[in-house]
Amino acid sequence: MSVSVDTQFVHKMWNETELSKMVDGGVPFPMIADAAGHLGKAYGVYDDEAGVDVRGRFIIDPDGMVQAMEVLTPPVGRKVEESLRQIKAFQHVRKTSGAEVTPSGWEPGKKILKPGPDLVGHVWEVWKPGDE
Amino acid sequence: MPEKAIGCARPTGSVVGEEPAKDTESTEPERKEVPVNKIMVGRKAPDFTAPAYHAGEFKQVKLSDSLGKWVVLCFYPGDFTFV
Repeated sequence: MSVSVDTQFVHKMWNETELSKMVDGGVPFPMIADAAGHLGKAYGVYDDEAGVDVRGRFIIDPDGMVQAMEVLTPPVGRKVEESLRQIKAFQHVRKTSGAEVTPSGWEPGKKILKPGPDLVGHVWEVWKPGDE
Repeated sequence: MPEKAIGCARPTGSVVGEEPAKDTESTEPERKEVPVNKIMVGRKAPDFTAPAYHAGEFKQVKLSDSLGKWVVLCFYPGDFTFV
């Protein structure tokens, strides 16, 4: 879902005049209107001087738990692939009930770590920065 | 088809999956600022209801209706900018 302080009516116009020309069929998810910034405030991303929600991205799991958040100032855009990578990593951890965790740069099919007393001090034996 | 009333964007004052706490002591009909737990990874997300545009329709979205699915909630400064 996306959120900005624009109304749902402006969202409709943006989708029709521009986004539907970038994505077949237009935006597939709800575009939320946060006209007064209440949601932005609840998520700590409302800039009350500028009157807008800044670039905050939250990954929320099926239990409603916030698993990740990223907040950027407006001039720099995000990388969708990184959000997808994080979701896949959180899904992997969830599938293994936390028995397997994903080291930095992990992508599906790459090395995972199994946390436990035996791993402490021995991460270097099973994982190196080049394994990313 | 009866049109559902669409209100403004409001945190419910609770986290997803939980009913908002009833304040029985308060005599005020509605509190203006609903206290919301600080957002934090590993904690429940603040729940909300909000108007939205989706698939050609205007509708009311409630975050907790998405329980059971992964949700990416993406804030951005304004329409007609990049994301």
